[in-house]
Amino acid sequence: MPGKLKAKIVAGRHLPVMDRASDLTDAFVEVKFGNTTFKTDVFPKSLNPQWNSEWFKFEVDDEDLQDEPLQITVLDHDTYSANDAIGKVYIDIDPLLSCEAATVISGWFPIYDTIHGIRGEINVLVKVDLFNDLNRFRQSSCGVKFFCTTSIPRCYRVALVHGFVEELVVNEDPEYQWIDRIRTPRASNEARQRLISLMSGELQRKIGLKVLEMGGNAVVGYLQCFDLEGESGLVVRAIGTACTLDKLSPGTDSKEPVFSEDPPHPLSGPPTPLRTLPSSSPPPFSPSKPCSRQSSSSDTDLSLTPRIGKTSPPSSPSPPLSAPFLIPSQKLTEFPIFTLTCFPPGFLVHVGGVVSTRSVKLLDRIHNPDEPETRDAWWEEIRQEIKSHAKALGCHAVVGYSESTSICEEVCILSASGTAAMLNPRFMREGCLDTGGSDHSCGFVHIPYDEFNMPFPAQLTYCYHCRRQKVPDVLFTTIDLPAEAEVTGKGCLIQARLCRTKKKAQGEVNATSISNLLPFMEYELHTQLMNKLKLRSMNALFGLRIQISVGENMLLGLASATGVYLSALPAPGGIQIAGKTPSDLSYDQHISTMQKRIDDTIAKNKELYNIHPPECIEEVVGSPIPDRQRSSRLFRSTSESSDELSELDLSHGKKDAFVLEIDDTDAVEDIQSLLTDAPIPAGFYSCNTEVMPGIYNWTSGLQMFTSVRVYRLSNANLTNQGLNKIFTDLCENLLKSLYFKLRSMIPCCLCHLNFTVAVPEEELIQVRGHTYLKIELCVFVCFPGSGENEEQLQFSMELFSSSERCSPLPEGRSRSLRSTRSLPCGAPVTVVKMTPLSFLPGTRIVKYLGIINMFFIRETTSLREEGGVSGFLHSFIAEVFAMVRAHVAALGGNALVSYSMKECVFMENPNKNQAQCLINVSGDAVIFIRESDQEAIPPLLSSRQTSSTGADGTT
Amino acid sequence: MSVELDVFVVNTTIMDEEVYQLWLDGYTVNDAVKVRMEGGVLEGCDASAEVLHSDTMDQYRTFQMCERLLHSPVKLANQLLFQIPPHRQTMLIERYYAFDSVFVREVLGKKLSKGTKKDLDDVSAKTGVTLKSCRRQFDNFKRVFKVVEELKGPLVENIRKHFLLSDNLARDYAAIVFFANNRFETGKKKLHYLTFQDFAFCAGQLINNWTVGALGESLRSAFVFSDNMVEDMDVDLEKEFLQDLKELKILITDRDLLDQHKSLVCTALRGKTKAFNEMEANFKNLSRGLVNIAAKLTNTKDVRDFFIDLVEKFIEPCRSDKWTAGDMRLYLTHYTNSAHVLDTFKHQVVWDRYMGVIKSCILKMYHD
Repeated sequence: MPGKLKAKIVAGRHLPVMDRASDLTDAFVEVKFGNTTFKTDVFPKSLNPQWNSEWFKFEVDDEDLQDEPLQITVLDHDTYSANDAIGKVYIDIDPLLSCEAATVISGWFPIYDTIHGIRGEINVLVKVDLFNDLNRFRQSSCGVKFFCTTSIPRCYRVALVHGFVEELVVNEDPEYQWIDRIRTPRASNEARQRLISLMSGELQRKIGLKVLEMGGNAVVGYLQCFDLEGESGLVVRAIGTACTLDKLSPGTDSKEPVFSEDPPHPLSGPPTPLRTLPSSSPPPFSPSKPCSRQSSSSDTDLSLTPRIGKTSPPSSPSPPLSAPFLIPSQKLTEFPIFTLTCFPPGFLVHVGGVVSTRSVKLLDRIHNPDEPETRDAWWEEIRQEIKSHAKALGCHAVVGYSESTSICEEVCILSASGTAAMLNPRFMREGCLDTGGSDHSCGFVHIPYDEFNMPFPAQLTYCYHCRRQKVPDVLFTTIDLPAEAEVTGKGCLIQARLCRTKKKAQGEVNATSISNLLPFMEYELHTQLMNKLKLRSMNALFGLRIQISVGENMLLGLASATGVYLSALPAPGGIQIAGKTPSDLSYDQHISTMQKRIDDTIAKNKELYNIHPPECIEEVVGSPIPDRQRSSRLFRSTSESSDELSELDLSHGKKDAFVLEIDDTDAVEDIQSLLTDAPIPAGFYSCNTEVMPGIYNWTSGLQMFTSVRVYRLSNANLTNQGLNKIFTDLCENLLKSLYFKLRSMIPCCLCHLNFTVAVPEEELIQVRGHTYLKIELCVFVCFPGSGENEEQLQFSMELFSSSERCSPLPEGRSRSLRSTRSLPCGAPVTVVKMTPLSFLPGTRIVKYLGIINMFFIRETTSLREEGGVSGFLHSFIAEVFAMVRAHVAALGGNALVSYSMKECVFMENPNKNQAQCLINVSGDAVIFIRESDQEAIPPLLSSRQTSSTGADGTT
Repeated sequence: MSVELDVFVVNTTIMDEEVYQLWLDGYTVNDAVKVRMEGGVLEGCDASAEVLHSDTMDQYRTFQMCERLLHSPVKLANQLLFQIPPHRQTMLIERYYAFDSVFVREVLGKKLSKGTKKDLDDVSAKTGVTLKSCRRQFDNFKRVFKVVEELKGPLVENIRKHFLLSDNLARDYAAIVFFANNRFETGKKKLHYLTFQDFAFCAGQLINNWTVGALGESLRSAFVFSDNMVEDMDVDLEKEFLQDLKELKILITDRDLLDQHKSLVCTALRGKTKAFNEMEANFKNLSRGLVNIAAKLTNTKDVRDFFIDLVEKFIEPCRSDKWTAGDMRLYLTHYTNSAHVLDTFKHQVVWDRYMGVIKSCILKMYHD
């Protein structure tokens, strides 16, 4: 019995009126954990009851502590009839199980009901006494820290990276059980919420066990997803990166700063790239491997690390390389996968490019929840494929890895993508604190593969930075821009959007037709991205995320990334339009006007993004450089095993223009989509990565928002082109809408713009020929400014480059002064910031309090009365935010970082006046302090600070 | 293709003050969009009317969700649903409880009952304030009235504490509550020239000097924290004081006293004003007017007619004699002070308490 959970119900406020006669409520509370329930006394006739209960004590296994949430139900006592439930609060006590996270949960929680929403608040105190249990065979994994953040958390130091962890739990969906026919919607929703809460607890515990087995103490980049497979069940799966983290405490200042100052490594310089050449070289971008109906359910073992030996060709690992990867007491894995997107300097040696895989499956009812093998096998297969793609790119690792699904009825597309990379092996070993290797900032762009046996056609040139190694002409990655990368100008959001119709079909036919469409979609998205990149004269994409969603009669593809001009890569050539029938004069004219428009746009974009790479390079190549080049070549040929030098002209990439043939109808479409992208308004910047490349002066004023739009397509018989146009317009309109809403905050940067599209099924709605299109957007806005410390920056903006400021601030201050006078008694509500970023600009995170992972269902049977679908969803999202903030505040935190809304499933039936919505959110609760407060802290702390922020550089 | 659902939710609630005002003013979404378009918000933005419509809808929804909280502003500060910075909260409350002076002028002194609410469409048609906005303002009055009705302690302070309003707005609400409670007549044609601010000022004078709480007020200035129990009601005029006012009748019933008073006032005024002759001629009439008002105040009906009486019995005669504001001040000052010199007049305290208020009210009300 290794744990004692204690809970105390203090008080309630703003309760709803439950007794119409007296306009009051006789409230009491049930506190339940596992199968034990306690009750408070009834506090009669009050909307603000003061229970001040005793401590309710639950003696439980730590396994249960991890799996189960504490369930608090507020009820209205009724002498004659059954007691009415007012609402519930689920409290995840996981953060209390780690000694480094929160120690107590205490605060006001919104009382939530799945039918009525938030109904008042309740003040609760929760504590856990944990007894140490050193049982080797225990099933719990208390103490393993979880982070959603996909970089090394700010107040930790990574001692060892163990690698990939994954787990998957399946169950029947309560919504589809027979009992659902007779129980109330409320009971059904609550059963579902509870089940998912239990499943994610179990999942987290199991992952924790794997981490402990590997010898780690934390999971970074923890990504948990739900697959609502409908009839066939409910899948909760998670991936993450196991690490051993050391806490940087104020006392340990004698330790070296995080990733610097280590005795120079004898083997400095990038390790030899792998020279394995697979016989068939798949393109880096879209190796989709469709297959319908998975029948072979291989006996996937549930071991920690995926087994490699089976599939990897014997030639693959060169012995000297694999040696550093031998982690003691650890299975060997030469193709580790990392969910991290941001790395300590020197960790990434080379980056190969994006690898991605998609697979179409037919869903089958999960017969035995205890054996999730089929789903496991699916993912296992996909990960193997990703690894082999990475290998084809000459890389031994995949970073920035993520997995996703899109389900439409019984068809499911499983997708995985990541970035093939070479990593510095020293990070895989104990005591790996050095930055090591490349002292220049360009190392990661150098190709990891063999230039003579390139896995895909690419123009190679010598690196524009070091002039020693080869670099590709463009680079696509799923990771964040490494801090050491040198960038010219600013970055921007680049999106490729695509819609493809498909015939309505069932079963395998449907799966096959989807499989057949996928490669084309990937190809077209890729072309679009490439065109748009060139149009902005940029040469690299970061944070690339391609989402393909399946609907009944269409497929949607949305690729978002942040384009930048990497100084080390060659300047992109322009876009050349060519016609196939040059004889026609008017046609020529048409082409030349098009060409002019494109050239103009490129020139304008260069101005806009401030891209002015040094042009003189080529001239210099003529005289003094070759000597240096030669010497460098010599150097290289000695340091590396085999290096035949090819005589690639440095300027080669520049002369080459991207040719679009206009005869092609696709190309017409491409050009259209190229030129219809509205320019971003002055003062705005947008990107989907954590930080905006090229902007370094952030203020601490920030704002997070979520926008959801659902469109009804009136005509299902639209052509591909028509659909494309509509889809593009929708996305553009959404962005325009954002720019408009935020116009008062200029200069303003939208960071971590995260688009999600879905084609929701509509079995409920009997309107034929209508298709819904849902776009969901989660954005974080940051305002670049001169970085002064201000108390109330939310609404006051710093002008970017000039020292002049608009000054609503003094006024705001005096007003707020007055308001504190007039504000009532009672502690003011803690302000909790939420952000999808892993940090808050201008602040320092001092403590991680634990992961927040919450799942809510809201249903209504009075849709019109609640303001229609928009009113319903608006209040639900606001409620979810409120509950998340309350949980963060109760843990003692003041911000939620790495926030994401992973799921937002919306269903409606206007005819019945009903709607239902499911939302899953997650993030890391933290305590942050402003940089200005920090000056009060002893210098040793602040000196440490500089070193830890060194990792991100741009903050 | 049509937009089925369109929401935008922010962690720290963003509100456009202009849209808030349009919402408060009772504009429909479409009208608000029109007004905003004409106001030129789209200038310099690459945005369409659609974008503006969507933005307006979002804001309207937020306001609607906030409205419930605004009904009890104290809740707004400790609710969890919306994260609103304190200075924004203050703005929201202040604007929500702000009212149109044309509207309040119409309902001032009326009973805040369902009947009055039913007539709001007439008020709306007359004032040009939208019905929706009229209803909000009316409900605000009623809500404040209901809450403070049952509370002890100073009226303005209570309003400020329970509705978190600024001093000025709380004072205005105190006036509205006070008028509604005493049902002062304000709608007669002769009173039309008076603005709400004139009445609010007078209400302030009455509350501070003629109510039960007023005694406490003077005490409180000496001992700040001592007496919360004494000052029960700021909303009713002090009965005892009204009774005492009857005693003032001696000033007009006693012929000697009246003559004496007149000669004292005239001596003081002679040569100081052009309207001297009119003052001298009208003295007795005017004095009778004021003292009669005082004597009748025990009667609730006459309390209601307080302002109309002031205008009919005093302000109008003076105005027809073309007194300037300066004349008025001079006259009232000497009229009040001369009474102290009368040896047989023993009700100096009551007189001062009465005339202090009357003087400032008349001075405020004496304009075109």
